[in-house]
Amino acid sequence: MRIESPKDLAALREKYRGDVIMRLVSDDFETRTEIKVALGDCGLKAGAREILKILFDEVNAARLENVSVIGVDCLGDCGDEPRVQVVEPGKAPVDFKKVDSTMAKDIVAKHISSRKPLDKAKDMNPTRLQLLICGGTGCISSGCLDVETALEESLKKHGIREEATILKVGCFGFCEQGPIVKVYPDNTFYVRVEGKDMDEIVESHLLKGKPVERFLFKDPETAERYTAHRDMPFYESQVRVALMHCGVVDPERIEDYFGVDGYKSLAVALTEQKPIEVIDIIKDSGLRGRGGAGFPTGVKWEAAYNVKSDKKYVVCNADEGDPGAFMDRSILEGDPHAVIEAMAVCAYAIGADEGIVYVRAEYPLAVNRFRIACEQARQYGLLGKNIFGTGFNFEITIDLGAGAFVCGEETALLNSVEGKRGEPRVKPPFPAAVGLWGKPTIINNVETLVNIPQILQKGAAWFKTYGTEGNSGTKVFALAGKINNVGLVEVPMGITLRDVVYKIGGGIREGRKFKAVQTGGPSGGCMFEKNLDAQVTFENLQKAGSMMGSGGMIVMDETDCMVDIAKFYMDFTVEESCGKCTPCRIGNTRLYEILERITKGLGKESDLDELKNLGETIKTTSLCGLGSTAPNPVLSTLEHFFHEYEAHVRDRKCPAGKCKDLVEYIILPEKCIGCGLCAKVCPVNCIHATGETLKTGKKIHVIDQNECVKCGACLPKCPPKISAIITE
Amino acid sequence: MTQTNIDTSLFAKLDEYIDGLHSKQGALIPVLHEAQRIFEFLPIEVQNYIAQKLDIPASKIYGVVTFYSFFTMTKKGKYKVSVCMGTPCFVRGADKVLAKFEKDLGVKAGTTSEDGMYSVDALRCVGACGLAPVVIVNGKVYGRIETDKDVEGVISDFTAGEGAST
Repeated sequence: MRIESPKDLAALREKYRGDVIMRLVSDDFETRTEIKVALGDCGLKAGAREILKILFDEVNAARLENVSVIGVDCLGDCGDEPRVQVVEPGKAPVDFKKVDSTMAKDIVAKHISSRKPLDKAKDMNPTRLQLLICGGTGCISSGCLDVETALEESLKKHGIREEATILKVGCFGFCEQGPIVKVYPDNTFYVRVEGKDMDEIVESHLLKGKPVERFLFKDPETAERYTAHRDMPFYESQVRVALMHCGVVDPERIEDYFGVDGYKSLAVALTEQKPIEVIDIIKDSGLRGRGGAGFPTGVKWEAAYNVKSDKKYVVCNADEGDPGAFMDRSILEGDPHAVIEAMAVCAYAIGADEGIVYVRAEYPLAVNRFRIACEQARQYGLLGKNIFGTGFNFEITIDLGAGAFVCGEETALLNSVEGKRGEPRVKPPFPAAVGLWGKPTIINNVETLVNIPQILQKGAAWFKTYGTEGNSGTKVFALAGKINNVGLVEVPMGITLRDVVYKIGGGIREGRKFKAVQTGGPSGGCMFEKNLDAQVTFENLQKAGSMMGSGGMIVMDETDCMVDIAKFYMDFTVEESCGKCTPCRIGNTRLYEILERITKGLGKESDLDELKNLGETIKTTSLCGLGSTAPNPVLSTLEHFFHEYEAHVRDRKCPAGKCKDLVEYIILPEKCIGCGLCAKVCPVNCIHATGETLKTGKKIHVIDQNECVKCGACLPKCPPKISAIITE
Repeated sequence: MTQTNIDTSLFAKLDEYIDGLHSKQGALIPVLHEAQRIFEFLPIEVQNYIAQKLDIPASKIYGVVTFYSFFTMTKKGKYKVSVCMGTPCFVRGADKVLAKFEKDLGVKAGTTSEDGMYSVDALRCVGACGLAPVVIVNGKVYGRIETDKDVEGVISDFTAGEGAST
């Protein structure tokens, strides 16, 4: 069916809202009413399952949107089964005993005071249960597809297949804990489940109302278990704007997107707003580019709007090259229609009719889901000619990147789209004036774009309620590294790093000490202990010698050597430098060589000055963003961890014990108990018994430093109580 | 130069793709993607062929092929081992994992073993950071590969079908 007008869209929204309403309402404990049915053994014998079905059908027939029918464990007081309890917000629970079908109908008709009927919905929640499986790349990698098949089979086996809908949705964000299964309306969040666990969940939870505790998330610090995701510290401080629909809508169903007001902003823009009015709203919202530099989006759009041209382009930059950042991929995988809608809005605002999504070839799932989304949008007439009957035309094509980090830079990206080597162009002229094929072009990053439909729907003032002055809205970060809760998080701008690392991230793994958090990817820098209370804003990160970048946050602990980390990043930039400018091509290679020397114990005192001078020269003389930020990891670690560099150069020691050439494994004779476990695992047999005999008759061991290959195999073998082996 | 033994019948497939394009403007990179899908790699012969078809200088094509890391001029092994070297994997020990694969398979990163069985590559972030360190073998993802034993487990898993060859 083709959508000809906003009215058509509104009809579709009404029709499909019921599909997604359960997922939205179930998260909202404050307003939802729960009708609980006891599914204990006596309850089941007395026919509680039938009552459950009747209640659900009644709620459905009455189109009550804020009422959930939930199967729970025994409510106590056996003998009066089946038992039902109605829990309304702010009221004492009301119990109903010996409920039969008439009484069940009565409960729904008369006893729910907070009834809020859904207008005209044609399809209310099609099934009582909705089972959501996270289908992002992270969870697919950890085996969610097996979980999906097993769940399907288990439901069939237990005869309740028709009671549940299984949905594969976008990323929930808590990648560390995948695969994840969410049960609605119960709002139960199961983590790290496997296919073989599905029978247990179906039998215990879905049939008898008893959630399976061992699959609930357990806080590594407090050992507390959480049933609902929103109570978990990981989610508590998060605010989802860009990720609003990720993990809620089925990305392969445009109908789900209609149900959450999808394409409404486009409809309003095309039929009620002038292009300049759209631009003014975006300008007023203070939205800044989320891809790195933080340029105000509305200002960029206005520049392209002001240029007269027969042809203009909108390009979506999905060439997410920062290692450890995966928010753009997750959005494309979880909410592709929001990207399409935003691109169309942008095209209307600046006067373009063609869009290109430039996406990494390494993201096959994102590409595929986006392709499906475009196809569906085309069928409904939301892409193509005469959209919403307004005469506005817009088409999107997908271009695959080919693995070049520098193509994240907008002018390099344009060259790549034109089939050339991805070398940056000189700015000005800016792409908004002279872009793709020499025509005015707007290039926005994925995360920037998905904010746009939200801003248009809820207003610039709403957007500004999040964040700080000059940094409005939220930012998505990919938390990774030595942190307990790895995943994708969205927080208001201006949150402190401490909250991100400790509150949301759950602190450092294995109780170790925090050392640094690297932000902004290979061209960013490190933030340290003293920066932890700084508010996360574009300016603050820059002041501290780092940058927002696309939002990767990699946490490092005391066992990470900062010189080694700097070397790792330089290795990356050296490889990814396009070779156009000398400072970047040769200068960064020199930086790498110096770091290599230092980590091998061959560094000179003068190397430390050299790193600083060279780094600053490269920063000021390179053309594009890659070259001018490449030395950041070196400069920021050099400034804050100078003593670590000094230790490498002067004392020939690596304080973190990471640089192999500088580490010595030593057995402390006063601690050694002569068990010989270390000698057994040594691959080069360089651990020998000495002549010194202990009281036990065993002999103290020693490592022959000339033979030692520093593999570290002996270290974990020494019993923790003894800890006789140390690194120096 | 590169040693090639390419199946010439595959050129017809490439023709079909190129002839089906709406416009040749900016088509080079999509064509190279398709060519690599068909031939598995992009030897000089294939590049020259594309140069003729698209009327682009061969030197320019060579420049593009060597610029992007996704394109390869050497044929990969039957088992393509990719070790993710994104930062989150690196700080969790991916460098050691890569070294262990290089040692056990006798292949340096970026190359293919002489018998054409294995190739080992360091890969930029795949975005499965929750599973770091991550290894991908022929599209199958192995997560939390931390110890030498884990690496050995991966190798025996993908060589299981090879019988006694390992």
